Amino acid sequence: MATQTLHTPHPTAAVRSNRRPVRRAPRSRKWSLPKSPGGWVILALCIIGTFGMLVPVYVIVTTALSGSHGAPNFFLAFPDAPSLDAFKGAWTKLHGSLINSLQITVPAAIISCLLGSLNGYVLSKFPFKGSTTLFTVLLVGMFIPFQAVIIPVFQFLNMLHLQGTIVGLIIVHIIYGIPITTLIFRNYYEAIPNAIVEAAAIDGAGIWTTFTKVMLPLSVPGFVVAGIFQCTNIWNDFLFGFILASPAAWPATVTLNNLIGTTTVDYPELMAGAILVALPTVLLYLVLGRFFVQGLTAGAVK
Amino acid sequence: MTTSAAPPQALPPVRPPRPAKARKKIAHNVRTSRRAAWIFAPSLLASFIFVYVFIGITAYISLSNWKIGTSPDLSLRTPLGGTYSEIVKEQRFQADIRNVVVFTVLFLLLAILGGLVAALFIHHVSMGKSFFRTVFLLPYALSFIVTGVAWRWIFSPSTGVNEILRAIGIQNPPGWTTDTTILGALNNPNGTDFLKIQFGIPVALLPIIFAAAWQLVGFAMAMYLAGLASIPEEHLEAASVDGASTWQRLRYIVLPQLWPSTITCFVLLLHVALKIFDLVVAMSGSGPGFVTDVPGIYIYNYLASRYDKASAMSIILLLLTLAVVVPYLVRGYRRERKA
Repeated sequence: MATQTLHTPHPTAAVRSNRRPVRRAPRSRKWSLPKSPGGWVILALCIIGTFGMLVPVYVIVTTALSGSHGAPNFFLAFPDAPSLDAFKGAWTKLHGSLINSLQITVPAAIISCLLGSLNGYVLSKFPFKGSTTLFTVLLVGMFIPFQAVIIPVFQFLNMLHLQGTIVGLIIVHIIYGIPITTLIFRNYYEAIPNAIVEAAAIDGAGIWTTFTKVMLPLSVPGFVVAGIFQCTNIWNDFLFGFILASPAAWPATVTLNNLIGTTTVDYPELMAGAILVALPTVLLYLVLGRFFVQGLTAGAVK
Repeated sequence: MTTSAAPPQALPPVRPPRPAKARKKIAHNVRTSRRAAWIFAPSLLASFIFVYVFIGITAYISLSNWKIGTSPDLSLRTPLGGTYSEIVKEQRFQADIRNVVVFTVLFLLLAILGGLVAALFIHHVSMGKSFFRTVFLLPYALSFIVTGVAWRWIFSPSTGVNEILRAIGIQNPPGWTTDTTILGALNNPNGTDFLKIQFGIPVALLPIIFAAAWQLVGFAMAMYLAGLASIPEEHLEAASVDGASTWQRLRYIVLPQLWPSTITCFVLLLHVALKIFDLVVAMSGSGPGFVTDVPGIYIYNYLASRYDKASAMSIILLLLTLAVVVPYLVRGYRRERKA
């Protein structure tokens, strides 16, 4: 199907390899001891930095484990009798909101990724007059402070009787997710040779058939990148959930924030709650970290 | 160390080979192209309404008499813009502007410099590169609320870092987010002035700045690592052969090539800083005397009672953001047209 001869798939790589023999960049997974004193210094500083970065994570975990005995006297001390008691309390208060968050995140991420891939497909493979301008106009939506639209959004959802509901939040997340997913997919599809689309067109496939039969099967990595990006963003959202959701539809971040009482704070329970809320995105990040980083760099307009 | 023959900046300009005519038009006729445009239309329309029209509505509300959300009043306020002149006189508004400026400047400095240093070290570390990268970027995957509650605990006046400070002999450690001290105050308002707040760096903001920088330093690091990976090895080798020191290579080859990463970090982090809300809510809220109040919280508080004031603040926040983002997007757009 793909007549690769029409178009060199990766012109950049080809040009570079003609110029001079490519020296392979050192692989990041290679482990070797530092060879110079400077190398040891760098390694030592990296390790110190790592400990520094992990202090808050450590504090969250140890405080959560201190359970019903209350937090340890010194904040960096490990609890004498670690227990999972705090998690029970946190789970009772949070599990409903965690399910809400899941119900909001999954459909909103899937639909905004689908829309983004369609848009990215059109913008990269069928640029029309003014498409770059319209794309830039669309991208502004990625950067606006959502406070500047929150009143109209609230009134709009009110009009549709969706204010406070999960469906309302899904709609809002889909619409404000379109610019970033479009950007990610457009950059992703730019790297797919035009020859593939041309070949499909010669074989008589229309725009839709080319998309569903040719582009979508090639889009799995793009969907993983955009999907992780959207899932993390939507799961971690606070503003929309805080303002637009009724208590029954509160996402986990809002309920977690409400665990901070006005006078006293049950820190072990709060930290246990924080772990429950953080766990899904952290697991996603640890398992699919490579794609996560790609989403970040793709999200940066070049 | 500038004894060597050719100074490194005399190297030929670095220009990655351009992809040969990347954006070739595929559409075989105008009809296909038009049909394709229709696929894009619904998303564009939705974004147009939810972004541009809604911003227009917010701007209109900021000029109107609409105060309580449930009783719409779309008559224009006289004098026009009266809401804006009302809020700029407020102590709270002035504190918010001071706070967001101080927060943005210090946070950007910390996060960008920290990210650059971390990236330089992690790029050159001989083992565990991906491990270090994973750890530094981990906070970015967390919600501001999650990290906010942890930092709230660490910087609470009675526990956390203050225990360490007391242990090393500091009798009266700062109250952190509850501290009303303003460092380096530039003025001393006497109550009758237009300015009702002290300009300076509120101590209470420091923990929030630190927490935000901790959370986003990994983002800057990831941007810089991507930038570092794209610097051709040959340039650095050539410079070494010419006798350039490590510092010279950094100064004349690496840093100039990281400039695009710096711009990206600057813009993306700046727009995070301006609209910061969740982290402050979780760590401190408005604070005593609005010492940690930010526009995001101001807007939220007035959503209940004063639509006009909330809208006016939103528009000011939006204009601040657009002042940076629009030039950035236009620059990207121009490059796109040239390519």
